[in-house]
Amino acid sequence: MESKMSEYQTAISRRDLMRGSAMVAAGAMVVAPVDTADASEPVSKRFEALATVQVEVNGVDHQLELQPRVTLLDMLRERLQFTGTKKGCNRGECGACTVLLDGRRVNACLVLAVAANKRKVTTIEGLVDGPHLHPVQQAFIDHDAFQCGFCTSGQIMSAVGCIAEGHTGSNAEIREWMSGNICRCSAYPQVAAAVEAAAREKV
Amino acid sequence: MRDFSYAQATSRADAIALAGLPDTMVLAGGTELLNWTRIGVVEPARIVDITRISGMEGVEALPNGGVRIGALTKLNDAAQHPLIRASYPVLSEAILKSASAQIRNLATVGGNPLQRVRCPYFRADEPTPCNKRVPGSGCAALHGFNEKHAIFGWTKDCVAVHPADPPVALAALDAVFITEDKNGGRRLAARKFNVLPSEDPTAHSVLRHGELIVGIEIGGPAPKSAYLKIRERESYEYATVSAAVALDLDGDVIRRARVALGSVAMQPWRLDETERRLVGQKLGSPAIEAAVAAGFVDARPLSSNTYKIKLARNAALRAIELAARA
Repeated sequence: MESKMSEYQTAISRRDLMRGSAMVAAGAMVVAPVDTADASEPVSKRFEALATVQVEVNGVDHQLELQPRVTLLDMLRERLQFTGTKKGCNRGECGACTVLLDGRRVNACLVLAVAANKRKVTTIEGLVDGPHLHPVQQAFIDHDAFQCGFCTSGQIMSAVGCIAEGHTGSNAEIREWMSGNICRCSAYPQVAAAVEAAAREKV
Repeated sequence: MRDFSYAQATSRADAIALAGLPDTMVLAGGTELLNWTRIGVVEPARIVDITRISGMEGVEALPNGGVRIGALTKLNDAAQHPLIRASYPVLSEAILKSASAQIRNLATVGGNPLQRVRCPYFRADEPTPCNKRVPGSGCAALHGFNEKHAIFGWTKDCVAVHPADPPVALAALDAVFITEDKNGGRRLAARKFNVLPSEDPTAHSVLRHGELIVGIEIGGPAPKSAYLKIRERESYEYATVSAAVALDLDGDVIRRARVALGSVAMQPWRLDETERRLVGQKLGSPAIEAAVAAGFVDARPLSSNTYKIKLARNAALRAIELAARA
């Protein structure tokens, strides 16, 4: 498994360097053997080893062919170059990959890209309105709500969800409902203050 | 991660047909399944996505005064539903103390009890003796790191605890999981849904291959109920121990008490003897403490978790007080 993963990652970083032409190579890489060993043919034929995914990201439609095991996170970062969405733990523990799926905040590492078929995704890149930062982005700057910044796009996406859900009644409520986003620099007081300020502005 | 092929089920019957194929697993919220495939805990050849099936989401009142929660209802939606909040606070609290806001937007009430143990040996990246991971390989936790492990119902073959919070509340509420499969379906008691190692140390639940949880039913309202979760971190952390309590009161006298402990055994642990002794007792009386203590006669610590007995006892006591004030 380890060697397969590093092979995969190598292919990806190479693709990042030679974006256009390497798409073809990536396409070849994802061809997987179709499972035909089953006796109950008709039902098993429903399963696809390569799936077509239609997804709207930040208001723009995309169509891709993907292996079912590709996560929404990897699709966003490696296929669509929305690298603002960060890959932290890749197991739902840190929140760095938080995006909005049909308007609700989720960990993109815990969603299969194929399961997001015909759904709408909003990433950090989709928050700006022309030259204007989203109020939550501005609040994070105003309140110094980050140091290294790696968790920030996940924090901001989570905050947008948190405010929309209405879980900003108090500092304690914000901290509870923002607990899915881990910050190794421990900027939590500033994050909570930024969310509180952005929530007030919305009202 | 092994490659797998993928299909979306269009109906419950369709899902049952697809999930019945060999080497096939069901995807709902996916918050556990994706991590299992990453670690190699499971390596299915096929995955059936059931999230697009209609009619399996939502909360509805039943004519008998109870409630039915569709299996695909997201944890956040179930916990914040007005009916659940008002009539079953123990369940609402248990759900909202689970995981994170993002995970609860994905995870479903039907998938949640299928969560597998958090034992570090079960989840290890390297091969380690674990009968749940490789049947017959032994239990490294028995004499290893076991401070978070069981104090009830363990055997030398498995000392892990079931980690989920909502099933503890559901066990206290005598909830029933409704399942469907190609032969019809079953009604499974929440308190016996996960399997003790004395029955089968390799098993996680009684759910069979190709059998689908479609809903959860709970009986009449339990407004005097509460969930207490003790953990090392205040939020986004598994329980060290937890207690779910539902009371029927006559003034300050207990008419009926239901008490379940979490993270102390491989299934939610109902304190039957405690419940019997609580009937007729006055809130705040010394008899309450004696009744709770009576539920711990069978408690057996492992090498590093003696503290959990006292912690669980005190959690049960405090949860009774919280439920009385609910």
